[in-house]
Amino acid sequence: MKVPVSWLREFVEIPENLSGREVSELLLNVGFEVEGVDTVGDVRGPLVVGLVKTIEELTDFKKPIRWCHVEVGASHGNDATPGIRGIVCGARNFAEGDLVVVALPGTTLPGDFTIATRETYGHISDGMICSVRELGIGDEHDGILILPAGSATPGDNAFPILGLGDEVLDISVTPDRGYALSMRGMAREAAISQRVSFADPGVALADLPEAGGTVIPAASDDYQACDLLVLRTLGNYNPAAPSPDFIKARLAAVGVRSISLAVDLTNYVMFELGQPLHAFDADKITGTIRARWAKSGETLETLDGVQRNLTTEDLVIADDARVLSLAGVMGGAYSEISETTTRVVLEAAHFNPVEIARMSRRHKLSSEASRRLERGVDRMLPPVASARFAELLIEHGGATFEGTSGVEQAPDPIVISFDPNLPGQVAGHSYDAVSVETILVSLGCAVDTTNSVWTVRTPSWRPDLVAAIDLVEEVIRIDGYEKVPTTLPTAPAGRGLTELQKLQRRAGLHLAGRGLVEVRNYPFVGTAEFDALGIPADDSRRHAVQLANALSDEQPLMRTTLLPGLAGALARNISRGFTDVALFEISSVSLLAADQSATGVTNPPRPSVLKRPTAADIDALEALLPQQPLHLGALLAGALKPTALGAKPTPAVWSDAIDIALALGLELGVEIEVTAGNLAPWHPGRCAALSINGELLGYAGELAPKALENLGLPKRAVALELNLSALLDAANVIATAPAIWTFPVAKEDIALVVKADVAATDVLNVVRDAAGELLEDIRLFDVYEGAQVPEGHKSLAFALRFRAQDRTLAAEEVAASRQAGVDAAAKSFGATLR
Amino acid sequence: MSAPNKSFDPVEVTTLSPEVLAGFVSEAITAISAANSLDELKDVRLAHTGDRSPLSLANREIGALPPAAKAEAGKRMGESRGAVNAALAARTQELEALRDSALLIEEAVDVTTATGVRAQGGRHPLTTIQEQIADVFVALGYQLAEGPEIESEWLNFDALNIAPDHPARTMQDTFFIGSEDSGIVLRTHTSPVQIRSMLNRELPIYVICPGRVFRTDELDSTHSPVFHQVEGLVIDKGITMADLKGTLNHFAQSMFGEGIVTRLRPSYFPFTEPSAEVDLQCFVCRGASVDNPDAPCRTCRSEGWIEWGGCGMVNPKVLVATGIDPEIYSGFAFGMGLERTLMFRHGITDMRDMVEGDVRFTRAFGLGV
Repeated sequence: MKVPVSWLREFVEIPENLSGREVSELLLNVGFEVEGVDTVGDVRGPLVVGLVKTIEELTDFKKPIRWCHVEVGASHGNDATPGIRGIVCGARNFAEGDLVVVALPGTTLPGDFTIATRETYGHISDGMICSVRELGIGDEHDGILILPAGSATPGDNAFPILGLGDEVLDISVTPDRGYALSMRGMAREAAISQRVSFADPGVALADLPEAGGTVIPAASDDYQACDLLVLRTLGNYNPAAPSPDFIKARLAAVGVRSISLAVDLTNYVMFELGQPLHAFDADKITGTIRARWAKSGETLETLDGVQRNLTTEDLVIADDARVLSLAGVMGGAYSEISETTTRVVLEAAHFNPVEIARMSRRHKLSSEASRRLERGVDRMLPPVASARFAELLIEHGGATFEGTSGVEQAPDPIVISFDPNLPGQVAGHSYDAVSVETILVSLGCAVDTTNSVWTVRTPSWRPDLVAAIDLVEEVIRIDGYEKVPTTLPTAPAGRGLTELQKLQRRAGLHLAGRGLVEVRNYPFVGTAEFDALGIPADDSRRHAVQLANALSDEQPLMRTTLLPGLAGALARNISRGFTDVALFEISSVSLLAADQSATGVTNPPRPSVLKRPTAADIDALEALLPQQPLHLGALLAGALKPTALGAKPTPAVWSDAIDIALALGLELGVEIEVTAGNLAPWHPGRCAALSINGELLGYAGELAPKALENLGLPKRAVALELNLSALLDAANVIATAPAIWTFPVAKEDIALVVKADVAATDVLNVVRDAAGELLEDIRLFDVYEGAQVPEGHKSLAFALRFRAQDRTLAAEEVAASRQAGVDAAAKSFGATLR
Repeated sequence: MSAPNKSFDPVEVTTLSPEVLAGFVSEAITAISAANSLDELKDVRLAHTGDRSPLSLANREIGALPPAAKAEAGKRMGESRGAVNAALAARTQELEALRDSALLIEEAVDVTTATGVRAQGGRHPLTTIQEQIADVFVALGYQLAEGPEIESEWLNFDALNIAPDHPARTMQDTFFIGSEDSGIVLRTHTSPVQIRSMLNRELPIYVICPGRVFRTDELDSTHSPVFHQVEGLVIDKGITMADLKGTLNHFAQSMFGEGIVTRLRPSYFPFTEPSAEVDLQCFVCRGASVDNPDAPCRTCRSEGWIEWGGCGMVNPKVLVATGIDPEIYSGFAFGMGLERTLMFRHGITDMRDMVEGDVRFTRAFGLGV
């Protein structure tokens, strides 16, 4: 909220020499962050009040020009004409005898425009008569600013008269402190922060003349929603009466446009006291003004020109004929103050903040009024604020007071039992009872300290103070957070990270150590990305959680796979000139069960917050959510490691993607099984399905050419994606140490010729199982297809290592074990020794 | 060669005379010293110790001497040969040493060409700063708590004393799943992990919760719809605001250096009361730049303090909603944005650098921040 310091000073003493920044520091100490300090008008130099003495019309030029003599005070004239300046002026809306504002030579106006003495239109112009726009304090351009007659003396400094140079604080007000959205509230805080007294303008009713006229009656149909409604009716209002300059200047400073006197005064009083007000054209009102619930089917055109359909959840102000306004949110067009309004009825009410917040949210309509009312406004203010409005409208708009009406159902006052030791217990710091009491009283509380547990009656302007902890916060805040000492609590002996958390770190370290670069992509995806990857229509990965308000229509879904994000990051790197890029990401994906809707449920559980939810409640909440396992994705184009000097580049190939998974498994102590797989977007002939103990973990291999083309990625790029949560779960076991046997090793190689479609791993497993316990290790070291083997066949070369636990192996034993393996391969796959 | 002397006749064999032998030895040693390579030395060895060398030839003459003279001549021959062999051995060692050192020189490489074959992996600083912060608190005995990113609205808002119509709920521009009434959101803060901790863990609770969160801001140089926070939560008997301040100072010093402190300013969060903003003393200028135009500080914009996060004492309503008795237990919570922390800690000027996945950015941080 914008707060002009001069306005604050009306209600609280602030030392003259305190700058806006110093006032900001005071407010910061009590919890109000000042985001900026602006100075009204970018004007410097001698700007004074002038009295137009003579005007000579110059007619020799294309446009009419005036040669004026202006009295600017004895100390501001020049030597030739003491107290008088000759000024050439092009505007015509002023007359001899008018009080104007003169920028003397040396004055700098907005736009860094410095006035100098100059010869123009045949005269020496010795200054400038200014318009509102030239001074940078308004947009009006119908000529020179004329001050009310007799309001100043020629030669007076014009800065304070125009509000120029006033500092305006831009204060961030937290949503609990509705009272602070007013000069009254901020002045109170400024007073508290300086420990000085405060002249509260929100308590005493203005003295109004005796009522005389017809009063429009008031009613409230639901005191839960509107427990106080005050109407002030005023007649003989002059709709042409201008708003006083000080009001316009202050409204401009707080960022509100001047509209008409009556409307300006509703805003002025709202900023001054914090009470939203609404002025109706009283001649448009039929019967009683009533706060009531809207009827289904009713409509209202609001002041912003929008036709709004109302529901029975909308609280409205209506008369006997129609809905007049959306209560506390925005007025209606029909009854608004117009250029012909002569009779005004002002509504000041207290509404239930929750109802205002709901309406504001439902109609997506936030106004200065709703912002205050939904945060809570002083319930005692409507009579005071409406009287203040009436006083000003009478003074400046020539209105007469016709009378007051109102209805009220006062709620019980808030009384808090308060142990004065509580602030100390919360802060870890002792506060003496006298300071606690002083602070509470400065807030406006009535404190009864008779008993050891005090009775505190909170002020009407602090509806946020309802429990002892609220008072605790105020005591600690006003006393100063900086006075709270520092201690370090002792946690119970910890067990560090969980095994899964440690394993996850190891996975990341391992992958980075292998040369992959971690990325953290956005989780938003769209069907176009699934299409590009070639993911089939019935693939479960398309059953993705859908956002109600995605930032982009292209990406309304939550990812079920990490590949789209990785593809985007890879494409970005390649477009920036990198050819060898290996990326990985570890992030959660969201996987809906087949029976879970992508758009959630319509009537979600909402357990009470007044007690712990039951186990069933918690289960129901959990059931709303998709599974969100961690996935690991990797995408590689070009070489994983830079090429050594003189060596040929070795781009990552399908087997590298698989090897990354297998090596990670080894790092984590898990053996990952590889079988032929087939899943988009992988190349159907170069796709490995990865599993642990038969449980599918993910896929690795080369991506399909079409997918790469669609994604704009280099040919032969390779990828892997696996369920890292499952891998980490499998890894979370205590490894068993192997027996290290030291008898001599016997090595044998065998080359087996099998049909080309036989999986090498299957052959290896059969040989290993058949060779028995003497076989310590078996490794595939070559695959050959070509002239040396029959068409449609391949040769698999395995290195075998035999060792016994307790003896040096005899040649016959090794030969028998080897032969058992060869025989088994022959039996299972028709393999022949090459 | 002279015939064997069986008759014990005194025969003068010139080549065995001491003078002549000494001459042979001297010639050999001269030649050995003159040999400048192992190959040359090989020739010298052949010439001076080979079968046809003067010494070998002279040796054969020993047989021609009368028996009485044989022993003396033999001894002389042995000494002569020993001297030559010793010289050969010494010279061999010298020349081998020379050859070895020449080889080392010859094999010298340009060691600066050993670039570029290392694996150039890296971990994202948003990952590693989460780990670093977790480690600070794990060292204090805290547990690392995690929760889902797609979260029930009840855990994200209701349980945190943010009622359906509370202004704070609309302030946080929330991504909803399906519709605004689905009860499912992308979590707007890591605070639902606090609720999960309070519902599921045994008291006392000391947890640190880093994670990814979402708000409907468009990506620009200082905003991102997806960002990261870390929150800490303590629920124990007798926990005070002083404990909160001490914990924050410990955190600040662990991350930013000895002596760095924090400052609390009153603020408002529905789930804490009292609530405060946390400012971090500028770890670059330590306040020296304030009102000192000669030494401006870019990190804190010469304000001496950097806005770091929010904190407060857990609102008793939150304890009640999770079934913890506020008469017995109290607690504190704090939270910071990790992107922001990285930006001022590491001089990152554009939020997008943390989002786009450019390998240059991540590699610069190696395996940890």
